[in-house]
Amino acid sequence: MTTQVAPSASLNLNKVGLSRNDYKGAPSTLCQGCGHNGIAAQIVAACFEMNLVPEKVVKFSGIGCSSKSPTYFLGRSFSFNGLHGRMPSLALGGMFADRTLKGFGVSGDGDTASIGIGQFKHLVRRNLPMVYIVENNGVYGLTKGQFSATAERGLMLKKQGTNPYLPVDIAMEALISNATYVARSFAGDPKQVKELLKAAIAHNGIAVLDIISPCVTFHNHENSFHSYSFGKQHEEPLHEISFVPARDEITVDDFEEGTTREVELHDGSHVILKKLEKEYDPRDRWQALRMLEEAQVNNWLITGLIYVSPETPSMFDIYNIPETPLNRTPDSKLRPSRESLDALNDKMF
Amino acid sequence: MSEKNFIENDFCITFSTVNGSGSATANTTIMRALFKMGIPVSGKNIFPSNIQGLPTWFSLRLSKDGYLARVEKDDIVVSMNPATLSKEIEYITNGGVLLVPDDYAVHDIRPDIIVYPMPIKKLIKDAEVAPGLRDYISNMVYVGILSQLLGIDLDLVYKALDFHFKGKLKAIDQNFNVVKSAFEWAQHNIEKRDPYTVKKMNGTDGCIMSDGNAAAALGSIYGGVQFSAWYPITPATSLAESLIEYLPEFRIDPDTGKDTYAVVQSEDELAAIGMAIGAGWGGLRSMTSTSGPGLSLMSEYIGLAYYAEVPVVIWDVQRVGPSTGMPTRTAQGDLTMVNFISHGDKNMIILIPGSINECFEFGWRAFDIAERLQTPVIVLSDLDFGMNQWMTKKFIYPDQPMDRGKVLWEVDLEKMLKKHSGEWGRYRDIDGDGIPYRTLPGNMHPKSGYFTRGTSHTEDAGYTEDPVIWETLFARIAKKFETAKKYLPNAIADYKQNAEIGIISSGSADPAVVEARDLLAKQGVKTNYLRIRSIPFNDEVGDFIFKHKRLVVIELNRDGQLHQLLTLSFPDAAAKMKKSAHMDGLPLTARWVEKQILENEENS
Ligand SMILES: Cc1ncc(C[n+]2csc(CCOP(=O)(O)OP(=O)(O)O)c2C)c(N)n1
Ligand code: SF4
Ligand SMILES: [Mg+2]
Repeated sequence: MTTQVAPSASLNLNKVGLSRNDYKGAPSTLCQGCGHNGIAAQIVAACFEMNLVPEKVVKFSGIGCSSKSPTYFLGRSFSFNGLHGRMPSLALGGMFADRTLKGFGVSGDGDTASIGIGQFKHLVRRNLPMVYIVENNGVYGLTKGQFSATAERGLMLKKQGTNPYLPVDIAMEALISNATYVARSFAGDPKQVKELLKAAIAHNGIAVLDIISPCVTFHNHENSFHSYSFGKQHEEPLHEISFVPARDEITVDDFEEGTTREVELHDGSHVILKKLEKEYDPRDRWQALRMLEEAQVNNWLITGLIYVSPETPSMFDIYNIPETPLNRTPDSKLRPSRESLDALNDKMF
Repeated sequence: MSEKNFIENDFCITFSTVNGSGSATANTTIMRALFKMGIPVSGKNIFPSNIQGLPTWFSLRLSKDGYLARVEKDDIVVSMNPATLSKEIEYITNGGVLLVPDDYAVHDIRPDIIVYPMPIKKLIKDAEVAPGLRDYISNMVYVGILSQLLGIDLDLVYKALDFHFKGKLKAIDQNFNVVKSAFEWAQHNIEKRDPYTVKKMNGTDGCIMSDGNAAAALGSIYGGVQFSAWYPITPATSLAESLIEYLPEFRIDPDTGKDTYAVVQSEDELAAIGMAIGAGWGGLRSMTSTSGPGLSLMSEYIGLAYYAEVPVVIWDVQRVGPSTGMPTRTAQGDLTMVNFISHGDKNMIILIPGSINECFEFGWRAFDIAERLQTPVIVLSDLDFGMNQWMTKKFIYPDQPMDRGKVLWEVDLEKMLKKHSGEWGRYRDIDGDGIPYRTLPGNMHPKSGYFTRGTSHTEDAGYTEDPVIWETLFARIAKKFETAKKYLPNAIADYKQNAEIGIISSGSADPAVVEARDLLAKQGVKTNYLRIRSIPFNDEVGDFIFKHKRLVVIELNRDGQLHQLLTLSFPDAAAKMKKSAHMDGLPLTARWVEKQILENEENS
């Protein structure tokens, strides 16, 4: 007698035949309740739902609690935990090895907005295709609670006193550096995090996700921008967001005509934005900048897809890199022939 | 002047000009014409850190015996810069020659010097050169006059211009016409009173001319370079720029029309090394090229690549430090920095090319070594090699296939798993040589992926802070550097019969040492010579040291850095090794080396 696969079991497999478990990593060693844990869980979910093959994913990070999190998702994928603030350069070099891989970079606000701001902005400027996640808690977690560059003015920390400086806005920095995908979310809003991640995965270019991710140990004060309570009360989504992969038919029954906006991504998939209040077009860079400025003045935590430009050529397009992985180029195509050296010697003076 | 008093193919000409005046074309044209006459030549640019206006010198040495080192005195000076004239006169040998534009005020000149005024303005005016080009082309006047005075073949001057201007007839003719009219003017107006002359010989057979940076880039290309990240810095810039120049010629895949390489100009050296290490980790033959200041910035990432065992090739084209130092002058001052670079315990592989040909050779060999040992390889060149034109033997095709090291693709990994009961670990020492196996991103085998980190890890690439695991794995890494010795270029020893003095040196100090040994031999002082080509030192080095009672370590730096490293490796020999180090930004001369050896003999 042949055993029938129970339909319920196959329901738990995605289109590449993997279960959610295949996307998990090692158990987290971060603090209980740390926002970074929630984000790792959504990366697992998004990759599962997007049917990514873990061997086709490569992960990079810098140094910090946030940068540890690649250990906690996609345990089967290659990963490189680099230096503080210098994940972007590492990722750039690594991604050139095989352009068919999906890159994930995980960084913190210290890692990206302080020590690494130069590398961050240059990676963005080059439009290297990868998902760049900043787990933004406004503080240095791993070194135990110093101000980061995204901490708001007036914030008080136990050992540091009051922060006298205005914060760096990571989404704004990305936008100014001509990022082709900029989104902001809040770790306490898992559904939105996941949808934005899925759209980022589909994007052919740099996709910057600034995710407010509370540090429950060193920075979770009631009224602080980077706390759960503030996030829950002040989060103002630009829109409700749904991601529809390229091969799924778009049925937008529940999005009423006139209140939705669709953005087609490079690979034919769609982001469907359900309008909340404002008329907002995420392809309008000027509007995006104005909106961020306005949010800053009003102390709003605006979340959603802030900007996307699906058709900008990626760094690989600019570099004329073949689709076949560079790291599989046979030696015969790497070392020029003996005759060519003879010719070269003759050509030299 | 009678025939027997002529000084033939054995003198030095220095051209004194102003930076940015286009004299480089004129100077290399003369050098190339002489080279094509079969006369061994070497040229040294002594230039300021400036784009336009400051004095710059080009010293061109002709040596029928084939010596390529710098010499201290000038036999002929062509002065195109009145501001430095009096200084140059001091350097002219007794009975030497000075060529100056006829409108310079030349007062109180030493009576032994022979002066030839050159009617530059007049000749340029007659040549009807476009006003914008006048200054530039006026350098061609001295090319013509010198050619006539010394006997340089004009056809070969034409050939050199043809090469320089890549066959562009208009530019070639415009320059050559000036050369010719200056030559004719000299024929009719100069009565030769000096002894210097050139004659065709066959001292350059089988040789080409190249600078070390182009040689390094070409060597890297023949080593299959796939990725280079760099940030501009003198004197390393032209290495990356040579890659950019030559790669399209060799490395566009004819089947796809796509590039099989990428050269990225990064935002700084922190990023350049990060990119290069990322690519090396990804399985690409990856490199960066820089100089001291850039290398200082790369320090932290190099430590990570050492500990995480990532292959990467780093060229350090040395200049004078510390700090910005003398950015356009040469030195061998980065050796100890490179040896000890980055925090914590570690070993570094250092290659030191001693000729332009070796710049080419180490260009490809460095990748084999880096991938075989899974570790950074630092190649120490310097400004003298990197930016000066040298005659060198033709580049030699690699004598062995590319060594990609222990890489497991899907099938290899499957075999490995079968052999080792389903287990595999990135950092396991399976072969007992200290070198583990690595997989590369994109490998589709579900067991291929692993986590790379600079934090402490187990043999299976998991995180750990276990003291025993740390120490065991760290000792295994050190073992690689014992294995390394058989993959590194040997030191080259040259023994003379009954010689008791041992000279140890490396890199671009070689030409001065080689010549000094001949000078010494003529006085009956015999020497043996060891040229070090890699660190960690191989057995040849210990051998050489053991065999000698008196050793002199010659190098171009203040502190005697090679001497320091040798003393550390061979503490028992410390007392018999003498430090002979000196650094003023100029390449060493044979006379200086000779003096060091003689002084050491007197004192011992
Ligand atoms: C060159 C260097 N300087 C300093 C440190 C120490 N350090 C480790 S993590 C960190 C800050 C991390 O902050 P962030 O990126 O915001 O990550 P979080 O821990 O908050 O997630 C610092 C300063 C380091 N690892 N490397
Ligand atoms: S210290 Fe803060 S950032 Fe670090 S793991 Fe704990 S909660 Fe997360
Ligand atoms: Mg932080």
